Amino acid sequence: MIEAVGICKQFGDNMVLKDINCVFEKGKTNLIIGQSGSGKTVLMKCLVGLFEVDSGKVLYDNRNFSSMNTNQRKKIRQEIGMLFQMGALFDMMNVQENVMFPLNMFTDKTEEEKLDRVNFVLKRVNLENSNALMPSELSGGMRKRVAIARAISMNPQYLFCDEPNSGLDPQTAGVIDILIQEITREYDITTIVNTHDMNSVLSIGDQVNFIYKGQLWWQGTKDEILETTNTELNDFVFGTELTSRLKTRRS
Amino acid sequence: MYKFVHTVGQYVLLMRRVFTRPQRGKIFWNHLFDEFQHLGLESLGIVAIISTFMGAVVAIQTAFNIDSPLISMSMVGFTTAQSVILEFSPTVISLILAGKVGSRIASEIGTMRVTEQIDALEIMGVNSANYLIFPKVVACLLINPVLIVISIWLGVLGGWIAMEASGLVTTTDYLYGIRIDFDPYIVFYALIKTVFFAYIIATVAGYYGYVTEGGALEVGQASTKAVVYSSILIILFNLILTQILLT
Ligand SMILES: Nc1ncnc2c1ncn2[C@@H]1O[C@H](COP(=O)(O)OP(=O)(O)OP(=O)(O)O)[C@@H](O)[C@H]1O
Ligand SMILES: [Mg+2]
Repeated sequence: MIEAVGICKQFGDNMVLKDINCVFEKGKTNLIIGQSGSGKTVLMKCLVGLFEVDSGKVLYDNRNFSSMNTNQRKKIRQEIGMLFQMGALFDMMNVQENVMFPLNMFTDKTEEEKLDRVNFVLKRVNLENSNALMPSELSGGMRKRVAIARAISMNPQYLFCDEPNSGLDPQTAGVIDILIQEITREYDITTIVNTHDMNSVLSIGDQVNFIYKGQLWWQGTKDEILETTNTELNDFVFGTELTSRLKTRRS
Repeated sequence: MYKFVHTVGQYVLLMRRVFTRPQRGKIFWNHLFDEFQHLGLESLGIVAIISTFMGAVVAIQTAFNIDSPLISMSMVGFTTAQSVILEFSPTVISLILAGKVGSRIASEIGTMRVTEQIDALEIMGVNSANYLIFPKVVACLLINPVLIVISIWLGVLGGWIAMEASGLVTTTDYLYGIRIDFDPYIVFYALIKTVFFAYIIATVAGYYGYVTEGGALEVGQASTKAVVYSSILIILFNLILTQILLT
């Protein structure tokens, strides 16, 4: 479980996050949704400590992450897996080396044990036998899956995904979403996903947090989101041609 | 002015993170050997070509400028060796390396920054500054002096080849000239300068790459900045070090 308590963050005069209070529960896929520029990425980077918060704190299972020093944070970081918006694979390493990297860095496993683990997680994301490919040889969807494999190679307790399916076709996007949800349930971890894709919201949104202009505007489940009367959220949800047509047909 | 202080402060803070013990010795050594390859071996060609031609030109010009019969032609060997060792190899080759190696370091690290690879390292709990920059600094500190020694040899050799080919100075005179008043201290002086310059190249380029923000365009700008500022610093420190070491 991760808790955000009164998080504020500003860049110069730009107040990006205004007093965010939120609980992300274990074993659930917790979504953060909102328009482009609403502060989703900034919020996620505050949660993992890539940005320092101006005020407020972040608790990882009641451990106050915000007040920790670099060394204490390093411990928690080894329990975190993160999938970046653009994948962030190390482009000078092949798939196997990418996935093995955290294991090399932080464990004393033998080569054989590490290779077993790498093959296991690659199989989990349906990428057997691509160990020797370089990131430049992968398709967008494959890169995302390698990034997921790398993120879970250390058995994380917390999984962060920043727009895991942006830039993918709807079907591949769906595969990635389901993969994230399965991993979350299978290993009972706390997962937080940034997205602005309504398909993802409706398929894996166990808990949905809607950010509007830097504020936490609405919270609920994927089922509640279709029934809401909240104007800003409605604009977001039914903002496209397709969804608004569906809505008219419903009513 | 504020910007200058800010940059220097940021640089110092970054260096404090760079100069720490690597988290994994084995990974560091592997990295270091890769960097020897990328930053050292791959620069060998350009260093060799420039040094040989530089030595040849210095020798030819000196030979043409000696028109008094009172001055022995062995002065050509003397002058070529002195100028190559004192100035051309350590300073000019370091400037060339600032262009080649500096832009490579800045664009490599800058690309990793804008594609969030550095964030990915940090998230895992890796000290990305140390992991990325430290092996490059160590590699430059060790390999640049080797390149400069090679450059000195080739510069002197280039002068000799030019004199042989043109028949301006005999081999005996040339070789005799090199040994006149030869003081090993000047080689030591050249190497001290080289090590300073190597440090400037690697850390300045590492800094500009590391603090890149934005996208591909900014990566290009970072690598230009790295080359410009490390070159300026090399010229500046050349003056300071020459004052300190030769007076
Ligand atoms: N490093 C930074 N420095 C200054 N301002 C920033 C920085 N990062 C983000 N911002 C600002 O914070 C705001 C929110 O950006 P953020 O990246 O969180 O949006 P987002 O919700 O993730 O959008 P998208 O869906 O497009 O990824 C934007 O106005 C942006 O300009
Ligand atoms: Mg974003």
